[in-house]
Amino acid sequence: MSIGERFPKSDGVVKADGSGLYTDDIAFPRMLHAKILRSPHAHARIRSIDLSAAEAYPGVVATLVGSELPAKYGVIPWTQDETALAVEKVRHVGDAVACVAALDEQAADEALRLIRVDYEVLPSVLTPEDALAHPEIKVNEKAKVGNITKHVHLQFGEVDEAVAGAAAVARETYHYAGSTHVPIEPHCAVARMDADGNLTVWSSTQIPHYVQRELSRVLGLPQSRVRVIQPLLGGAFGGKSDPFALEFCVAKLAIKTGRPVKILYTREEVFYAHRGRHPMKMDVTLALDRDGRIAAVDNRILIDGGAYASFGLVTAYYAGQLLTGPYRFGTYRFDSYRMYTNKPPCGPKRGHGSVQPRFAFEVALDEAAAMLGIDPMEVRRRNFIGEFVETVNGQKITSNGFLKCLELVEEASGWKERHGGKLGRGRGLGVAGSMYISGTAYPVYPNEMPQSGVLVKLDRSGRVAIFSGASDIGQGVNTLLCQIAAEEMHCDPREVTVVAADTDLTPVDLGAYSSRVTYMVGLAAREACQKLAAKLQAAGGATFAEACQRAEAAEGAPLAATGGYRTQKLGGDYRGGTIGASPAYSFTAHVAEVSVDEETGIWKVEKIWAAHDCGKALNPTLVEGQIEGSVYMGAAEAQMEEMVYDEKGLLFGPSLLDYRIPTSLDTPELDSFIVESIDPGGPYGAKEAGEGPLHPAIPAIANAIHDACGIRIRELPFYPHRILKLLRERDARGARGKERAAS
Amino acid sequence: MRLSALIRLNVNGEDHALAVPAQRTLLEALRYELGLIGSKQGCDKGDCGACTVLARPRGAAGRGEAILSCITLAHDAQELAITTIEGLAGPQGLDPVQRAFADCGALQCGFCQPGMMLSARALLDRNPKPTLPQIKEALSGNLCRCTGYTKIYEAVQVAAGLRSPAQRAPVRSERAEASDSVAQPVKEFAP
Repeated sequence: MSIGERFPKSDGVVKADGSGLYTDDIAFPRMLHAKILRSPHAHARIRSIDLSAAEAYPGVVATLVGSELPAKYGVIPWTQDETALAVEKVRHVGDAVACVAALDEQAADEALRLIRVDYEVLPSVLTPEDALAHPEIKVNEKAKVGNITKHVHLQFGEVDEAVAGAAAVARETYHYAGSTHVPIEPHCAVARMDADGNLTVWSSTQIPHYVQRELSRVLGLPQSRVRVIQPLLGGAFGGKSDPFALEFCVAKLAIKTGRPVKILYTREEVFYAHRGRHPMKMDVTLALDRDGRIAAVDNRILIDGGAYASFGLVTAYYAGQLLTGPYRFGTYRFDSYRMYTNKPPCGPKRGHGSVQPRFAFEVALDEAAAMLGIDPMEVRRRNFIGEFVETVNGQKITSNGFLKCLELVEEASGWKERHGGKLGRGRGLGVAGSMYISGTAYPVYPNEMPQSGVLVKLDRSGRVAIFSGASDIGQGVNTLLCQIAAEEMHCDPREVTVVAADTDLTPVDLGAYSSRVTYMVGLAAREACQKLAAKLQAAGGATFAEACQRAEAAEGAPLAATGGYRTQKLGGDYRGGTIGASPAYSFTAHVAEVSVDEETGIWKVEKIWAAHDCGKALNPTLVEGQIEGSVYMGAAEAQMEEMVYDEKGLLFGPSLLDYRIPTSLDTPELDSFIVESIDPGGPYGAKEAGEGPLHPAIPAIANAIHDACGIRIRELPFYPHRILKLLRERDARGARGKERAAS
Repeated sequence: MRLSALIRLNVNGEDHALAVPAQRTLLEALRYELGLIGSKQGCDKGDCGACTVLARPRGAAGRGEAILSCITLAHDAQELAITTIEGLAGPQGLDPVQRAFADCGALQCGFCQPGMMLSARALLDRNPKPTLPQIKEALSGNLCRCTGYTKIYEAVQVAAGLRSPAQRAPVRSERAEASDSVAQPVKEFAP
């Protein structure tokens, strides 16, 4: 009825006419505006804070310092290492120190300049290598050993033996630069404390439930007194997954003043809030046997985490655990260290933890295959892991449309006729594949309750109301809920109201991360709608409204039903084996075409063909949007994006002029293909589409650059000066080779 | 407190008199004084384009050019007639650009969208049948982080009548051959 259709987004019109309310569009009478003072030092002890001049400034109503909110928080229960405002110490330039609430934003901003902070500057560590070498410089006291947030070492099979007996071994070091999400909407929060002791916080978060939990913990209020509402959200990409200083500050200031309080981050503050892609240094060994089959993969990964853990414990696992498809590994080992450094904290950015190792692996695979004279398409086909199989690290793969993905991009790009130097000097094609989770089987905080809950209520008018805790962050989950209701109950999808992401009104959902929403919320919604559909069918009626009335009459009470997604027990039987375990995995293949100017090193992505196995496209327009947006974001990391710091830990150019993201003129032509493998577990066969399609873009581009000009670039971003250096090295090697041949 | 001065703004055909301090930007005046929250603040400094509005000299015909309201002082906008996203829809309902954006999946989070649509409107007003490179050029001051721009181009082409709605975003789904497993129980896992 509605599933699989290009149903327009349910919020399309309110976003088109400008009437939709985002967090900063919310205002209340008597509302105060607050601003946060931030650290100019990468690492310093706070000797004292003098607020007297700020408090006396006209318009200032209240101030706040860290000692008033000393409880540590963090989404992951084992690594709670942050406070709302610095207590005793600042750990990165931009760390939050103090907060001022005033009658208007400008007064608050001006008052910040009157706060006198006496800092004792401490030595800092700015690279993960330094963080390892200098355990005596303790960035974060939460680290049990030195500056290590998390160390993971896992081995599956006899890796060293497999490498020793291999026919081709690619062994190189790769560097992945840090990048950040850049949602176009900066973070914003508004809090209101009612006289009856109920706190409400409107926030641009992608996980209201975690914000509620952490607000309750830090403020010492019962969770039942804290309501978090997510209004329309202007982009997130993982960057709004953590609770942030602003939510605690507005809440505490609302409690202190009895007035509503708002904080809107500046773009600069969004850069300091960060939680973006972790920089990684990866020593990769990939070994193929004589037939080109993957005998061993061995990765040593050093992860630059920044000043706080965020989701870093998971990052250290994901960096290894999510690499083991779509190819079969004979043996596998990874050793990852996530380090604290005195920089803004990294966290989950689209393709959390796995984009970096995927880049290194897919380039190494090309390189090893080339040693054996095997075509890049062929080596990927030959190593295909198959369907309904277990990976080397114990993850259960269900449906797998990867071969079809490869076939589509091979054909669409004209691979056979155009790859292998056939396009001439300076132009080439590259391929890469990947796999990603559809949610994680293991909730971030261990509990036996459903990960997703949905409540559906029918009105006798025929109006359907769906209450869902899930966050629509632009990906369109609210639209999917309308479609699922229409599919199951044969109602008009335009006559469905979705009440979403409001912790007082909606059942708990663990949030929009790990690509869990379509799979888990979809199953929960389908279950609820099916319960009601059975009653409607029994009641009968000429119209949907009539069926609702007859069913309600038969029931003797209003009609409503709930559905839930119950976490499955999945994963390998070893410590950490559940991390990366997912009920279903998506698969993607890309072919990228690039052109390289060998005189200047300036290069361009001409086009990317991306095919993605999302199980079943519940709404193809939305799936294509996820594929295209992912490919764009991946290509951007290869092209231009990098968080660059100076030797004192100051971020260069925390603005959208200096930190460049692609405009329409920088974005390559994108061609997306949907592959439907119809997963037996997902709703209507669906798997994820929001993060997987990002991964192959970077290695496909690197491999295309090799096809174009014979160089292997192993460091992001692929700046022209880096390309030029490699081209000159290539030419020097060529010249030496000729000299040798002549002598 | 700060000194405010009385200014007059013409926005969406309505005249407003308001007292604002000299440093108040047009964006702040629109959003916080006039409640026209459809204009968005993404970067505070003219880099992202979310605050784009259309402006023409008062009395001139048409809707004018796209300008950045976050780097225009409200005081300097007094000679202009401003169109915000709230003024784009007419008595007939949504502007064709708005309709096409909603229909084509050209929006995801929607935050860049008012500015993006106004830049597209300005383009179509001066060039009703733009080529794809012209569309890309005209939208290059509006950053979108969700879509990769592809469906935005399609929406502009639909709004311009260069692409029929039926032709937009053809279904490219391909079924994986190996998977006819719908509604079957999970198969045995190979070790």
